Amino acid sequence: MFRRFKLRIPQLVFAIGCMIVGFAAMFALTKIDLVIAGRNFTSIGILAGALIFYIGILAIIAMFESEKLLSISLLLPSIIAVAIFVYVFIGWSIRVSLSQWKGLIPDYTWVGLQQYVDLSKDPRFLIDVRNTVVFTIVFITACILLGLGLAILLDQKLKGEAIFRGIFLFPLSISFIASGVVWGWLMNPATGSRITGINLIFQSLGLNGLISTWHASPQPWGMVFTVIPAVWQLSGFAMALYLGGIRSVPEDLREAARVDGASEVQIYRYIILPMLQPVTLSAVIILGHMSLKIFDLIVAIGNKDIRLDVPGIYMWTTTFDGTNYAQGAAIGILMLISVALLVVPYLVYNMRTETQL
Amino acid sequence: MKKNFPYGILVVFAIAAMLLAACGPTATAVPTPAPVDTEVPAASKKVEVFSWWVGGGEAAGLTAMTKVFATQYPDIEFVNAAVAGGSGTNARAVLATRLQAGDAPDSWQAHAGQEIIGTYVAANQVAPLDDFFAKSGFGAVLPKTLLPLISKDGHPYSVPVNIHRSNVMWYSPKVLKDAGVTAVPTTWDEFFAACDKIVAAKKTCIALGPQWTAMHLFENVMIGTLGADKWNALWNKGADWASADVKKGLDNYAKVLALTNSDHSTLTDWQPAIKLVTDGDAAFNIMGDWADGYLENAAPDGLGLKAHTDFDWAPTPGTKGIFVFLSDSFVLPANAKHPEETNAWLTVAASKAGQEAFNPVKGSICARTDCDQSLFNEYLKSAGKDWLSDTVVGSLTHGVVANDSWKSKIDTALGLFLADPSKVADFQTALAAACSSDGACK
Repeated sequence: MFRRFKLRIPQLVFAIGCMIVGFAAMFALTKIDLVIAGRNFTSIGILAGALIFYIGILAIIAMFESEKLLSISLLLPSIIAVAIFVYVFIGWSIRVSLSQWKGLIPDYTWVGLQQYVDLSKDPRFLIDVRNTVVFTIVFITACILLGLGLAILLDQKLKGEAIFRGIFLFPLSISFIASGVVWGWLMNPATGSRITGINLIFQSLGLNGLISTWHASPQPWGMVFTVIPAVWQLSGFAMALYLGGIRSVPEDLREAARVDGASEVQIYRYIILPMLQPVTLSAVIILGHMSLKIFDLIVAIGNKDIRLDVPGIYMWTTTFDGTNYAQGAAIGILMLISVALLVVPYLVYNMRTETQL
Repeated sequence: MKKNFPYGILVVFAIAAMLLAACGPTATAVPTPAPVDTEVPAASKKVEVFSWWVGGGEAAGLTAMTKVFATQYPDIEFVNAAVAGGSGTNARAVLATRLQAGDAPDSWQAHAGQEIIGTYVAANQVAPLDDFFAKSGFGAVLPKTLLPLISKDGHPYSVPVNIHRSNVMWYSPKVLKDAGVTAVPTTWDEFFAACDKIVAAKKTCIALGPQWTAMHLFENVMIGTLGADKWNALWNKGADWASADVKKGLDNYAKVLALTNSDHSTLTDWQPAIKLVTDGDAAFNIMGDWADGYLENAAPDGLGLKAHTDFDWAPTPGTKGIFVFLSDSFVLPANAKHPEETNAWLTVAASKAGQEAFNPVKGSICARTDCDQSLFNEYLKSAGKDWLSDTVVGSLTHGVVANDSWKSKIDTALGLFLADPSKVADFQTALAAACSSDGACK
């Protein structure tokens, strides 16, 4: 590894310079604050100092002329950061969830799985689980069916395809919290003189039978209505995935089927749809991990109404309003497990197929 | 030689560093603690005061009070560490993080009562104020019934700056007249009788908003049914939430809920609910007296309505002679970093001048009983008069009687009850369970 070490004096000077400047900057910033235009940049300054220091180290490592060594040292900072900020904190959350910490003072007294046992009997958490299941199933099904339908329509080589693609994809760029607020207004369940939103449109069109109480309907229908904004936002994304999948089906396969006398419907049914299975899997994973962690959309629509409660909201209220940190951590870990159950098998499957190739 | 020195990587890092710097102001919107408090000479004495007063009359009131502070203590710089977010939900999460990191502000806002005692005092974050009360004589100008509510084992723990009243029933004189209701109901039975007429006139009897306003309504129905003494007993040792009295209150609450607007859970806050009253769609709304500013102030801050003609008010049924209070107050941190500066801030917050500057602007009354009443508008004058004579009891919704975890349990029980208001017995069981797990029955 060190055979190819080659000393270059200018580079060494540069490296030592970087290390001195970086270290000095970090050291100085622990003593005095960096204030530019009235704002405190101290923590960013320390980070920048660390970066300069790190560049110096890299310059020295580069002199060993070993690609392996250089790539490891380039990856190391992010590996360390991910290890600390993701995995150590997951471990810490698990530890908190096995404690009885309630109130501002950390209390790590070991209570085993008590928090989880309590949650399994907590009527509010049972509502959360039911709501998440309803939301996830309806949301994924609707997104996939709509996305696939739109993709097949766009595949018909129609004029202005790019425009339609853009229109269907645009809602994706809006945050859940914003679309939740707007859809909350649109789906206003008020009746009589205060009727407004979509209900007002129905009323002025004479479609009184369609006037709905929307997300204020009895469960599980209320939860089903909260899916509407989510589907509006993400069916375009599913469409993009499917369109890519359809386009990657080789044209000669279609040609061959046509030669054999297959109708266009048969081509989709027997050739394209089976070849889209991996796309469907990806779509389910991506959409599923979003809906299992849903928080902002429901907060914006539901105002923390318990009928529309999901685990994310319960975690927030019990932790920060109720200072029940142990219970909040337990809910967080359960959410992590639910997402992991979905994602981990997929990752394992992906790695296996990749190594086979 | 295989490769030259990777200057490309340097460029990438340089760009990354610049991007970080560019994102800086937004990325560090939450104040990052200064690594080491520098030993700069005494010229820069500072007091960092944490609150959630960032908008409207609240922020204006804080500014008015800091002006008083600046004239009395010109050598101390006031550092405003306010964090946005209605009734402090975000601010309190930030504060909790800072306290756990050992980075307490010099003083912070909290609702007087158990929100301070059950949460911050229990965590040894707040120091008792016996010396401050003794030296300033502040205790002598507060109502006698208030002191026990802001004290633990006889030691006061906070300086109340303002007082709001929870038990106010706002109503539309026109809707009542049209429905043939001649007298404003003073008991819950009279209230139900009035509602029969209002419902017959095809109006909503009582307007309600999202869940926290349902808890606000809950405390008022309970106090109106139980009276002051039995309400206080629910929050102290020996509380009996399984009693027949509580059952009666819960039955009344279920009846009141049946008379509310059907879309209450989808209203975004209390303002749309009270607007149902002023728009003539509903007869009553029970909301704290901050509603007065919204109703009377000119647009865009309020509706610009006229008291007694466009709207009117009365104590909620069954609470005449009772003042259900909540109060924003400031504390002295345990192990205060700058005790002298904190003391200066608390002195101003407790003073007649400070409270007279703050409250008319914020739209609340003074905690002190000796403020000049001519500074206040008509509603606040009436509240100020009741403050001197009424029995003071604490609000549940606004942090006086229950600590945070107890209140959060009650909130969950209430939310489940709202989802199915026929299950009164389940609600009572859940309330009793909340009292034994997190409350006074422990």
